[in-house]
Amino acid sequence: MNAATSTTATTAAHDHGANTPVPRRNLLRLYALEAKMECLKLLRVPAFAVPSIAFPWVFYCLFGLTFGKGSVGSTTMATYLLASYGAFGVIGVSLFGFGVGVATERGQGWMLLKRATPMPPGAYFTAKTALAVVFSTVILSGLFALGAFAGGVVMETWQWVSLAGVLLTGAVPFCALGLALGYVSGPNSAPAVVNLIYLPMSFASGLWIPIQALPGWVQAVAPWLPPYHLNQLAVGILGVEMQMAAWQHVGALVLSTVIGLALARFAYVRDRGKTYG
Amino acid sequence: MSLHSNPTAHPAAELVQAAKRYGDVVALDGVDLAVRPGEVVALLGPNGAGKTTAVSLLLGLLAPDGGQAQLFGQNPRSPAARMRAGAMLQVSKVPDTLTVAEHLTLFASYYPAPLPVAEAVALAGLEGLERRHYGKLSGGQKQRLIFALALIGDPDLLFLDEPTVGLDVASRRTLWERIRELVQRGRTVLLTTHYLEEAEALADRIVVIDRGRIIAEGTPSEIEARAGSRRVRCRTRVEVGEVLALDGVVRAERRGDEIEVLATAAEPVVRHLLAHDPHLARLEVRGAGLEEAFLTLTRHDDDSNQEAA
Repeated sequence: MNAATSTTATTAAHDHGANTPVPRRNLLRLYALEAKMECLKLLRVPAFAVPSIAFPWVFYCLFGLTFGKGSVGSTTMATYLLASYGAFGVIGVSLFGFGVGVATERGQGWMLLKRATPMPPGAYFTAKTALAVVFSTVILSGLFALGAFAGGVVMETWQWVSLAGVLLTGAVPFCALGLALGYVSGPNSAPAVVNLIYLPMSFASGLWIPIQALPGWVQAVAPWLPPYHLNQLAVGILGVEMQMAAWQHVGALVLSTVIGLALARFAYVRDRGKTYG
Repeated sequence: MSLHSNPTAHPAAELVQAAKRYGDVVALDGVDLAVRPGEVVALLGPNGAGKTTAVSLLLGLLAPDGGQAQLFGQNPRSPAARMRAGAMLQVSKVPDTLTVAEHLTLFASYYPAPLPVAEAVALAGLEGLERRHYGKLSGGQKQRLIFALALIGDPDLLFLDEPTVGLDVASRRTLWERIRELVQRGRTVLLTTHYLEEAEALADRIVVIDRGRIIAEGTPSEIEARAGSRRVRCRTRVEVGEVLALDGVVRAERRGDEIEVLATAAEPVVRHLLAHDPHLARLEVRGAGLEEAFLTLTRHDDDSNQEAA
């Protein structure tokens, strides 16, 4: 706050005289503040912060640690589910941060108010992406600690690092899909819409129970669901054989991103000039 | 008045033959509007007249289907053009869980030379509430934060779209006082409202808009004169058509055995009526306020029948 009040504001408001250099805004500070406020805003909403951070931890304790000794392919259940619940957590904050966030802020008129300012439009979306990364990092740190200290997960350093890297990068397609949901759904229905997509999709993609243990018809549907592909890439790092070639999983996620962005753009244009911003 | 309207100055905001439609609905139908530096202009009209659409075009929130919108001579669609403007929009709510100071700090970062947060807080009368979450503010305080957000960039031009809708009388007066203070500091203001009282209290020029067209423009007293400021009523057999032909008559209507005439001056009408109808009775002359003028101006031909009935 104090940093803000000490900016270059001229108190003699309206004489931007000829001898004073034209003031310029600090873009780096603008983007950083936007991201900071986005995080603060949601950290103070327990209904968002608690489930999105704690659910992956709780589920991992219930399933990953309780059945941790069991084996999945070439690895233990505790290791396998570390990757799956990591994906579950990252996907959740991405879908909710963007989907519910954009829908709510359109409904409030906050988005419209921001569009009436000289805010660079990119700042808004960068802030939401930053939120997804920050919350994901918290989720993954907790999961990794649980896995290493309580679940007996043993991996090479490069595997820990790659797993974190793949899961964080894997947020991108879900941010795009969340954005689309944010423009398609209304401010009141958005939480329900996101949950109705997120929970069944996570289950059918094998994020809760390894895909091999699911009924055949679910296994047949899974390749059409984006979380399945992120999960496959993640467990691939653990040495589990992926069900398709890596490039196919990556390609499916890239395609999801493109579809999400295109859908968001379509819904945004369609929505112009209507009630919401 | 004349101090403000310097016709040579470059308009702060300008619509040139601006048109906008939503599907089949025509929101703006070739509107010309120029807001000059130092002026306080009220865009007055009933709901759905096109006021918000006009503001949206000037802020670059929408692109016109025809004509042009300019903000300080630039296309308002580019963020750079909005550096010197601030806006208070309708249905604006901001996230509940950020404080007054946080909201202001964030919006301040969008502008090259913003006001210090403390100054915006003082201008909006939010002292002592800096650390309060938006969600915990009262209705009037919330509206004043939205007002402060419009001011934080130290704008030369302020857009106020229905700034006091939904406020109680006391909060409305307080906000008017704040707006007047800014006007005294030389800010240019474009205000939209459907409260005539608000336009009268704040503006030095009123632009009446209805069904996407500008139907009258001038100082509050000019608007009155334009629409007729005297109402003459009496029982007479003189035909309405005859009265309508008189100088300065804006409107004449028969209601049963009485006629009602709205005119810029009462005397010529009364003189004519008395001269032509010795049986004239129940003569009544009243001043018609701006409210009446506004109703006259925005009255549509298709609902005049109901009113006469």
